[in-house]
Amino acid sequence: MADAALTHDRPAPASGRTAWERLRATRGWAGFWFMLPTALILGLFLAYPLLKGIWLSFTNAKIGRAGVFIGLENYEWLWDDDVFWLSVFNTCLYTAIASVVKFGVGLYLALLLNKHIPFKSLVRSIVLIPFVVPTVLSAIAFWWIFDSQFSIISWSLRHLGIIDGNIDFLGRPDMARACVIFANIWRGVPFIAITLLAGLQTVSPSLYEAATIDGASPWQIFYKITLPLLTPIIAVVMTFSVLFTFTDFQLIWAMTRGGPVNATHLMATLSYQRGILSGSLGEGAAIATAMVPFLLAAIGISWFGLQRRAWQSGGDDR
Amino acid sequence: MTVLDRRSLLAGAAATGLAAGGDLLGFARAWAQESAWKPEPGANLSLLRWKRFVPSEDEAFMRLVDAFSKATGVKMTVTNESFDDIQPKASVAANTGQGPDMVWGLYSFPALFPDKCLPMADVAESLGKKYGPWYPSAEAYGKVKGKWIAIPVAFNGGYPNYRISAMKKAGFDKFPTDTAGFLELCRGLKKNNTPAGFALGHATGDGNSWCHWALWSHGGYLVDANEKIIINSPETAKALEYVKALYETFIPGTVSWNDSSNNKAFLSGELYLTNNGISIYAAAKRENPKIAEDMDHALWPIGPVGKPTEFQLAFPILAYTYTKAPNACKAFIAFMMDAANYNPWLEAAQGYLCEPMKNYPKNPVWTMDPKNAVFAEAGARSLAAGGLAPVTEKTAAALADFVVVDMFASYCTGRDDVKGAMRNAERAAQRIFRNA
Repeated sequence: MADAALTHDRPAPASGRTAWERLRATRGWAGFWFMLPTALILGLFLAYPLLKGIWLSFTNAKIGRAGVFIGLENYEWLWDDDVFWLSVFNTCLYTAIASVVKFGVGLYLALLLNKHIPFKSLVRSIVLIPFVVPTVLSAIAFWWIFDSQFSIISWSLRHLGIIDGNIDFLGRPDMARACVIFANIWRGVPFIAITLLAGLQTVSPSLYEAATIDGASPWQIFYKITLPLLTPIIAVVMTFSVLFTFTDFQLIWAMTRGGPVNATHLMATLSYQRGILSGSLGEGAAIATAMVPFLLAAIGISWFGLQRRAWQSGGDDR
Repeated sequence: MTVLDRRSLLAGAAATGLAAGGDLLGFARAWAQESAWKPEPGANLSLLRWKRFVPSEDEAFMRLVDAFSKATGVKMTVTNESFDDIQPKASVAANTGQGPDMVWGLYSFPALFPDKCLPMADVAESLGKKYGPWYPSAEAYGKVKGKWIAIPVAFNGGYPNYRISAMKKAGFDKFPTDTAGFLELCRGLKKNNTPAGFALGHATGDGNSWCHWALWSHGGYLVDANEKIIINSPETAKALEYVKALYETFIPGTVSWNDSSNNKAFLSGELYLTNNGISIYAAAKRENPKIAEDMDHALWPIGPVGKPTEFQLAFPILAYTYTKAPNACKAFIAFMMDAANYNPWLEAAQGYLCEPMKNYPKNPVWTMDPKNAVFAEAGARSLAAGGLAPVTEKTAAALADFVVVDMFASYCTGRDDVKGAMRNAERAAQRIFRNA
C-alpha cells in the first residue's frame, strides 16, 4: 500500500499525460483554479452587465423589445441634448462639492474622534448614525425639512421674525442643488470620518512623541506625519466616496425627481428616467455608459494622485 | 331550471348590484358557467395592481377576486405597487417574459410593449356590446394600431378643487367655465392671500394632467395625428404665456411639487385652488370637515379651442402573452368589468374612479353627494395621452419624460424664453419620436 501511495504521488513523466491531467496537477495552474470562482462571479455580475449596458447603448432597444444596432445614434442625440449636458454639469458639480466638503469635514471629525474624549466609543457610534439610516428615509426626512410649505427651517425663521414667507428650498435651481448636496454631505461624512479614524489609529504614537520632542508644531505634525501616513487610506476612501457620489440616485429621486426644471437631474437619475420610465433602454444605457469615462477619470485622479510613495516616505514629489 | 335560475340571477344582479350584497359567490358561479372564457384547469393567476388610494375600493376589489377564485377554481395572487413603480415592473416583466400574468397600471403603459400584450379584442367587444360605446379616450388607451391590447378599466378624474368661500371672496359666484375667467379667479385669489397652486414639478399625475389641459385648451399639441412634431407653434406660445400668467398667482414652490404636495397644502389650509382627484375631499371629510364643507370641484374650464381638453388618468389592465392561462385572464377581466361587480366596486371607490363606457348602469356614487358629480365626467371629457396622436410607446415616453411639464416650468421659472422652451420641447420630442 505504501508503495502504491508513493507511486501515486510521484509525478508521471510529462510525455505520458494528457493536457487535462497536466492542467489539473501543475502547480502553476493551481492559482488559476483558485481564481476561477472569483473570476466567474466578477464576470457574471460585473463584466457582463457592464458590457451588456455598453452594447445596449448602441441599439434602439426599448423595454420589452431587443432593438437593433444603430451605431452612435443615441450618443449623437445626447450630444445635442441640453438636458443631458445639464445632468453632466449637475453630476460634476454635485460630486466635486460634496466630495471635497465630505473629505474636509470627515477628516476633521476623524482627528477629533482620535483624541481622548469622554464616552469615546459612544460618540463614535453616534457619528455613524447618518450612514446607517437607509438613504430613502433620510432623503424623505430632508424632503420634509426643505418642503416649500412645511419646512421646519422656514417655520422656525418665520416664528423668529427673520423672514416673512417660506423659503422655496427645492423650487429654485441653485437652492435645490445646495439642498441635495447638503443632504449628500450629511449622509456621506460618517463613512469618511470612521474610515479615516481607522487609518489614524494605525499611526504609531512613537512618531508623534519623537516629533514633539523635536519641537514640531501641531501643523507640522499633521502635515509631515499624519497626512503622509494617512494618504493610502485617503486614496481608497476618496475613490469610494467619489464613486458613490457620482452615481448617487436615491437621494435625488426621493427629494426632487431631478427637478426643478431638471436642475438637480444627475446622470444616474436621467438614465433611469429615460431608460426605465420612458422605456428607451438604449438611450438610458447611453447615458449610463457616458458616466464610465468620468468615473475612470475620477478614480484615476484619486488613486494615482494620492499614491505618491516618495511623499509618504518623507521625500519630495517630482 | 338551473339555467333559468342562473339567468335570472345574472339579470337581477346586473340591474340591482346584488353582487355587492351577500350572494356575490352565487352570482360568480352563475357568471362562470355563462362566461365565454373558460379558465384553464388548475390555473394560477398573479395580478400586479396600483396601490389603493381608498381602502374600501381595495376591500371591494378583493371580495370580487375572492368570488372569482371560488367560482372558477382559479387561484389569484394580488400584489400592489405605488403608481411610480408599476410601469418599471410591468416593463421588466415584458422584457424578461416572467412575472405577473396581468398588470393593472396607469395611462398608456401597455403601449410601451404592445407585442407582449395578450390581444383583448374579444373581451373589449363583448363588454362594448353590453355597456358601450367605449369613450374615445378609453378606446385610445386600450388599442394600439387598431388592435385591443388592454382593457381600460376606469378613469380617475382630476379636477379643480377649490374653497368656496375663497372663490366668492375673489368675486366669483360660480367657478369660471373659460380659461380667461380661470386666470381672473387665480389673480383674485392671490390678491386675497388665498392662493392657487398647480404642480410644475415632476408630478406624474397632477403635473402632466393640468399642463396638458393648458396646452390643449389653447390648441397646442406635441405631435399631430401622424406623429409629426408641432409643439413649436403660435398656439403653444399662447399657452406658455397663459400658464406664466397663472404661475405668477401661485403659492411659492410649485416647481418642486410632486403628486402629494398639493394635497398636503390644501388640507393644511394654505392652498385654496388646485387640481386633484377626489382624494383631497375624501381626506377632508374624514379629518377636516370644515374644509370639506367649504370645498367643491369644478370641470376644467374651456380654452380658446372651445371644447373640453381634459387629460385624465386612465387605468388599463393587460395580460401578458407569456401567461399560461390566457382564458383565465380574460375571464377575470370580463368578470370584474361586469356591471354587477363593477358598480359596487366603483361605488366603494367613492368617486375616485369613473366608468370607461357610456352605458354602464348609473352609479349612486355620482348622485349621493353633489360634490362628486364632476368626477363622473372624466371618461367622457378626457383626451388620451397623445392628444391628437394615437397612444403609442412614444407618447408614453414623452409623458414619462415630462416634456410638456418641463416646457412650461422652464418658461415660468425664467430658465428659457418662449422660443427656447418650445425649441427644447421640440428637440425632446424629435428625440422620442425620431423613427415615427
